[in-house]
Amino acid sequence: MTLPEAGTGRRRGDRRPPLFLARRSYRRRRMMDACRMLPALGAVLWMIPILWQPAETAAGDTAPGIVYLFAVWLLLVGLAAALSRGLAGALEDGEDEGG
Amino acid sequence: MVPFDLLVAACIAYVILLFAVAFVAERRARSGRGGWLRSPWVYTLSLSVYCTAWTFYGAVGFAARSGLEFATIYMGPTLIMVGWWWILRKLVRIGRAQRVTSIADLISSRYGKSNLLGVIVTLLAVVGTAPYIALQLQSVTLSFGVFAAASPQGWALPEQGVTAIWVAAGLALFTILFGTRNLDANERHHGVVIAIALEAVVKLVALLAVGAFVVWGVAGGVGDVLARIESSPIADWPLQPGRWIGLTFLSAAALLTLPRMFQVLVVENADERHLATAGWAFPLYLLAMSLFVVPIAVVGLERMPPGANPDLFVLTLPLSEGAGGLAMLAFLGGFSSATSMVIVAAIALATMVSNHIVTPLWLSLRAGGARAAGDVRGLVLTARRLSIGVVLALGYFYYRMSGGSAALAAIGLIAFVGLAQILPAMLGGIFWRGATRVGAGAGLLTGFALWLYTLFLPSFGGSGLISAAVLAEGPFGWGWLRPQALFGIEGIDPLMHALIWSLALNTAAFLLGSLLSFPAPLERMQGAAFVHVFDQDRGTRGWSRGGAEPEDLLVMAQGILGAAEAQRFFQAAAVEQGKAGFLPDTTPDFIDRLERRLAGAVGSATAHAMIAQFAEGAAVSVQDLMAVASEAQQIKEYSAQLEAKSEELARTARQLREVNDKLTDLSVQKDAFLSQISHELRTPMTSIRAFSEILMEPDLPEPMRAKYAEIIHEEAIRLTRLLDDLLDLSVLENRKAQLTVQVANLHDLIERAISSASSTRPDRDFTFHRDLPAEHMAVYTDTDRLVQVFINLVSNARKYCDADHPELTIRVRRAGAGVEVDFIDNGSGIANKSQSIIFEKFSRLTDTSRAGGAGLGLAICREIMANLGGTIEYLPGQGGAAFRVSLPVRRGVGRAA
Repeated sequence: MTLPEAGTGRRRGDRRPPLFLARRSYRRRRMMDACRMLPALGAVLWMIPILWQPAETAAGDTAPGIVYLFAVWLLLVGLAAALSRGLAGALEDGEDEGG
Repeated sequence: MVPFDLLVAACIAYVILLFAVAFVAERRARSGRGGWLRSPWVYTLSLSVYCTAWTFYGAVGFAARSGLEFATIYMGPTLIMVGWWWILRKLVRIGRAQRVTSIADLISSRYGKSNLLGVIVTLLAVVGTAPYIALQLQSVTLSFGVFAAASPQGWALPEQGVTAIWVAAGLALFTILFGTRNLDANERHHGVVIAIALEAVVKLVALLAVGAFVVWGVAGGVGDVLARIESSPIADWPLQPGRWIGLTFLSAAALLTLPRMFQVLVVENADERHLATAGWAFPLYLLAMSLFVVPIAVVGLERMPPGANPDLFVLTLPLSEGAGGLAMLAFLGGFSSATSMVIVAAIALATMVSNHIVTPLWLSLRAGGARAAGDVRGLVLTARRLSIGVVLALGYFYYRMSGGSAALAAIGLIAFVGLAQILPAMLGGIFWRGATRVGAGAGLLTGFALWLYTLFLPSFGGSGLISAAVLAEGPFGWGWLRPQALFGIEGIDPLMHALIWSLALNTAAFLLGSLLSFPAPLERMQGAAFVHVFDQDRGTRGWSRGGAEPEDLLVMAQGILGAAEAQRFFQAAAVEQGKAGFLPDTTPDFIDRLERRLAGAVGSATAHAMIAQFAEGAAVSVQDLMAVASEAQQIKEYSAQLEAKSEELARTARQLREVNDKLTDLSVQKDAFLSQISHELRTPMTSIRAFSEILMEPDLPEPMRAKYAEIIHEEAIRLTRLLDDLLDLSVLENRKAQLTVQVANLHDLIERAISSASSTRPDRDFTFHRDLPAEHMAVYTDTDRLVQVFINLVSNARKYCDADHPELTIRVRRAGAGVEVDFIDNGSGIANKSQSIIFEKFSRLTDTSRAGGAGLGLAICREIMANLGGTIEYLPGQGGAAFRVSLPVRRGVGRAA
């Protein structure tokens, strides 16, 4: 049994999206969610240095700080690249679920 | 050392290269061979206008002063870009659907195509961007100065203003040449975009080269650099949480609201899918640009003499280390950063100024308004070119005014805060349908005013537009209104102070204004179109009816789009309407599309105003909307009524059909009944007639006469009985029988019936089986009628029971509130197929024993029982003919039960 793909299985005029999606469509929805969450993840990781107070600690932690920040940065780029690969397909198929 | 003239030559050569690249790209795009111009990589690289000279030179200075804080400026955009699916995709989709030409147009279009909002945003953008352009001019001038000062030939440092003028003029020329080729802002500026992409590569390569040189050339590799960082003054940079969060937020907002970023992100976007690439590639670009900032700052602080401007380390460090070629590359990188920003910003601002200020002004000043518009295209292009000049001139004057002394980063951040004021109206506009024009206007004005008062004006210092006294003690000595300590809250970083107060009050005014005001219909439609941009089906239409002459519209469109373009558009529309070769009908749909097309050229507010001149009174009003709504409502109600009626009709038709069937049946029955009755009446009549004819014979012997008279008498009696039965049946069927209800013992009634029936075929010897005790039971009914039924049943049994020793069993039982009396004989009974018709009139099963019955007996019984409130039915499978008479003990009780 094949479940309808969102966008193709959805009839025009029937505004309610189908309750169950095929596996691929379901994955895409979650990727959209992940893409929306990514800025929040980035913001949280980015705010962690606030806890360090580099000026007040005796040991130097600026160099590790730089490494940490760029690692976070690279992680975000990597995650965004992975998600964008999947979502580009969704854009290609004209599949979007509103805002 | 690089000779200064070589530097100037390289610089000029680079500029010529840019012109050539832009020219070729424009040519290829025009001839349709520019597929690669629309690649996602070009789009990603064009986003790099975010990295201006402020990044190229200023980031190192920022890092030298505040450590890692510089990275916040690039993390904000990174966060927005990696979440591209959320905001950017929606902005890009809206930009394309509404043919948005600039950020001012976005706000104006969203809030009911209000030109006032467009003007506010334009002013904000001009005031916020002029310092930024000044910053770029300053950086180019400063970098020239560095080389001039280091020149061994003793070149006199050229007067800085002159350099700035040359740079500004050159940029203006480039921008006018390649930025105002097309009027339609939605047609990409391929030449500009490709030049910017090239510059993006140059500045990235330059910065990476300087960084690599510093890390592996000057210092001893990554480990050494990390060690140097720990021992440098930067290691003790104070991380202020407020600034850390605030700057990240500010830079994120700037990515969305800076006019030049909006230009490359939304207006120049050729394909939504490019975002999928830019979503990760642009953050990677930013990362690469930031990678070597701290190493350059640290090594620069070590190597350069104290007091050297850290903003110029990217340039001065290679120079002092003797890497002249690298310094030249760095110079070109800085030059690229500055010029690309200025070009895009000038295009964006010029579009805003010409669409929202110059064109509306000119149209309203002309006597005929838009009707006599004439060559609007030429006007707008001229306005745009002039605006580019004006914008660059403004930047230049700001540069001269500020004296080119302030730290670069400060100016950049001030501009960021100013443009971030657009953020509430923008995000509110695309995510909240309740956002209104009044709210947006209030928010923008509040934020604008606060920014001017708390940040922009104080940035000139005490000698500028705000006196030192006001700065220190507030206007009129009101301490709580001090620009940098509003409401007496002191000690905050001035930038954060301005950011928090301006954005907080801006947002508050925006929300409050939106909540309290009531939007116009056009505003609400635009709001829905923006917020629900992904629901393609939801068509919003600003024009309820046509009313414009296509000739007028064509003349006007030619004035804006150019003759060929406008005619092409009209022809395409005509073909679509099936009117090839004629002008299209001015359907609301066509007018809507034309308006959008014009909006791409002159902005939504102007386009709307121009169309409104022709489609007189055609812009929707509340009344129109309500009329349409009530019309639709009426139609809906009417159709619902129709539906209900048609259902009712179907129901009635079905009932009629049923009744008709019944009537037909009845008619058939009546015919059958009449023919039966004629037949029944005719038989005795025939014999009466025949015998009376015989009687008329004169010589008939007396015994014969007596016999025949007897027969005639019997037949007459039979006839009378038949007629009595028929009358009786008719009375009973109409339920008009007079019932004489009385109490009686059932036993007596059965006894009466048996004795009455004994006259029927008295020759037959009948055995009765009875349960006498059970029969003693009181019934309250019309006893005569009931006895009539019993007599009928008993005599039927006597008549038709075909057994040799006929027997009749009579059983009486109580059943609930009623009584059941069964009459069962031991004959062969009634065949299955006949059981259903025995109660019909004139139904006779055999002709064998016609003892005077006309076949009405059982029919009369059934009617009598119905009149008495009981039933009579045939009981199959009792060994013979069996009838059950059920009747209530009291008449009426059984019926109720």
